[in-house]
Amino acid sequence: MYTYIAKRLLVAIPTLLIISIFVFSLQKLLPGDPILAMAGEERDPQVLEFLREKYRLNDPVPYQYVRWLGAALQGDLGISLRTNQPVLHLIGEKLPVTIQLAIMSMIFAFVIGVPMGILAAVKKNTMIDYLANIIALTGLSIPNFWLGIMLILLVSVNLGWLPASGYEPFFSNPLRSLETMLMPSFVLGNALAATLMRHTRSAMLSVLCTDYIRTARAKGLAESSVVLEHGFRNAMLPIVTLTALLFGELLAGAVLTEQIFTIPGFGKLIVDAVFNRDYAVVQGVVICTAIGFILMNLLADILYVLLNPRMRAAL
Amino acid sequence: MKIAKLLTTAVAGALFALPAFAVDLKIGLQDDADVLDPAQSRTFVGRIVYTAMCDKLVDVSPDLKIVPQLATEWSWSADGKELTMKLRQGVKFHDETPFNAEAVVATIERNITLPESRRKSELTSVAKVEATSEYEVKFTLKAPDVTLLAQLSDRAGMIVSPKAAKELGAKFGDHPVCAGPFKFVERVQQDRIVLEKFQDYWNKDKIFIDKLTYLPIPDTTVRLANLRSGDLDMIERLAATDAEAVKSDSSLVYADAVGTGYMALYTNIGNGARADNPFGKDKRLRQAFSLAIDRDAVNQIVYEGTAVAGNQPFPPSSPWFDKDIPVPARDLDKAKALIKEAGFDRVPIELQIPNNPVAMQMMQIIQSMVGEAGFDVSLKSTEFATLLSEQTAGNYQLSRSDWSGRVDPDGNIHQFITCKGGINDTKYCNAEVDKLLNEARASTDDAVRKQKYDAAAVILNDDLPIIYLGHQSWIWALHKNITGFVPSPDGMIRLVGVKKAG
Repeated sequence: MYTYIAKRLLVAIPTLLIISIFVFSLQKLLPGDPILAMAGEERDPQVLEFLREKYRLNDPVPYQYVRWLGAALQGDLGISLRTNQPVLHLIGEKLPVTIQLAIMSMIFAFVIGVPMGILAAVKKNTMIDYLANIIALTGLSIPNFWLGIMLILLVSVNLGWLPASGYEPFFSNPLRSLETMLMPSFVLGNALAATLMRHTRSAMLSVLCTDYIRTARAKGLAESSVVLEHGFRNAMLPIVTLTALLFGELLAGAVLTEQIFTIPGFGKLIVDAVFNRDYAVVQGVVICTAIGFILMNLLADILYVLLNPRMRAAL
Repeated sequence: MKIAKLLTTAVAGALFALPAFAVDLKIGLQDDADVLDPAQSRTFVGRIVYTAMCDKLVDVSPDLKIVPQLATEWSWSADGKELTMKLRQGVKFHDETPFNAEAVVATIERNITLPESRRKSELTSVAKVEATSEYEVKFTLKAPDVTLLAQLSDRAGMIVSPKAAKELGAKFGDHPVCAGPFKFVERVQQDRIVLEKFQDYWNKDKIFIDKLTYLPIPDTTVRLANLRSGDLDMIERLAATDAEAVKSDSSLVYADAVGTGYMALYTNIGNGARADNPFGKDKRLRQAFSLAIDRDAVNQIVYEGTAVAGNQPFPPSSPWFDKDIPVPARDLDKAKALIKEAGFDRVPIELQIPNNPVAMQMMQIIQSMVGEAGFDVSLKSTEFATLLSEQTAGNYQLSRSDWSGRVDPDGNIHQFITCKGGINDTKYCNAEVDKLLNEARASTDDAVRKQKYDAAAVILNDDLPIIYLGHQSWIWALHKNITGFVPSPDGMIRLVGVKKAG
């Protein structure tokens, strides 16, 4: 098992290298000069040249890359062109925000999606199944930004129940933090819930027609115990993998939701960085997202092995 | 007994620290500020924050007059090369260090010498700044430059604590220390900037807000929703399309002011190979283009009547506007005749525009208006950073660009039109215009200046390197319980005298 994890981590190194080269070259190909974008209206040629030199943007791109890589290996991801702050500090400040959002969205998705999927599978081809499918499809089809704005107008403006936007760190004021995160995590979790429901339903369906379920029923076990203990436990395997992958996606996909609800997270950081051609930040955020994905993938595989004893033999 | 005494002290201390009726004001901004250092910053939104945090040598009144702030009076020498300022006494910086002539000298020198400073070009005319007494400074200029006063009414004139500036250097923005009504408390990037009332502010009796929070909320619908839900007290840059909604809401107050900036189209006259086309070479085509636009209609459709049609770098309401060249009415026949005279039936033009919905809508309307005259305009929508660099590089034929405006007329025209102007992306160059604008900059007599600008306006209105379209308004929306706010054409939010009722 440990060799397996070590091997997987070793493979991650070239993956990260390729991603970093890819991102570095792509952003250099983008039109638009970062210094000019920063200067906006105030374009004093003397200052612009000073800044280009300061951030060594006049050096050849491969040289810039090697220097960036060298520093990154020592834990220095550079300085944001726009705010003069170290990229690592910005990431450290924004990442917990998005992780909180992702966890809360995942809880929403789980609480809504999984029971609905089980119910739909158990009541296959009945009104309940059709209704669950309709709800799931609706959830998948509603764009996040639209749902977000509608919720703000309804819940915050008309009913005055929750704050329209903003963010409070969980440990400074848990209640306020949950209040501000409720709507955004519902919006973000909504589409995930639909995906989870669809997958739970099909996983449950394939498990429910297996021999051991028939045996369990023949033994006279209560239906709830058949479905939950025998059925769901086995159906959980693909769902766990999916959940881990979806969580990785959540970290990257929070962009729109963070924009609408003005949450100072990872998504907002990267959008602003791209528009400002803040290369160091874009690069840092992409690398961190990639690391996140790789770790979540690894976690999914480990969980899969832990939950499925048959897999251990295959390692 | 000891414990009881301790408790009493603690409670009294807490009560003292937290005023019983602390007034919090939350303001929604369109975007996040950049570095909070007046020397290094470059965003409009940063200036809004400084207005509360950093007093300047002089301020600007709502009718765009230069008025005292940290300097109480000033005078120009006869040759216009020396500016002497008397400074306010009894002023302290937020770190309790005293404000005096030495602090002014240190700040201005920092603005000129700090490698990261963006204020250099604003202070190029300054040869020397010296303290002539504890509360008097003298600026000696390389050449007469009356626009310096306007520069000192903005970031270049914000005086920072010399002690903090020395300690923090280029990192001053992490913890700015100025002498304004509010002092810096904390900042979370993209989330909030928090300030609190500075108890030793020289004009503290007119400050009625205890805590001030700026929240950047880019989406205008969401910004308005936050105001309506009570999460914000005030928002800036309300979208024109939401103006009606705010006006009809009895719990909100609408406020606007025509800005000092402009919306315009830049023509590539001489910036590289792409200038070599009939539109760049023949002014008759540019005149036809301008005449084919119904500026009032554009304003009504796109800006719900909140903008003002224009044909000069200053709005028609400005004293610097040349009334002898009024905003032209649409004249299709004349436009068609001019195109014919230039030897064309149809003229193809590529117009680059920033990819935001409002600019897009405006240019689509103009595209159809000038189409009727004979221009086949293809719109090339470009993300803003790219648009800027294409414009600078000369890789455009016609480009939509706006300018946020300056208090002094010079700031709206000189650097765009003069041959060596820092932002002259059209590369228009006319010796006569250069001469007029340089003379206008040097004179301390407003009547003389006006005459020069008018003379330049006549030439520019004929050559049309920049086709001015109009002037947007700054729009604010506030809760009814906020009083004392005065809208200003520079778009700033001044909080002196602003009150919030329970």
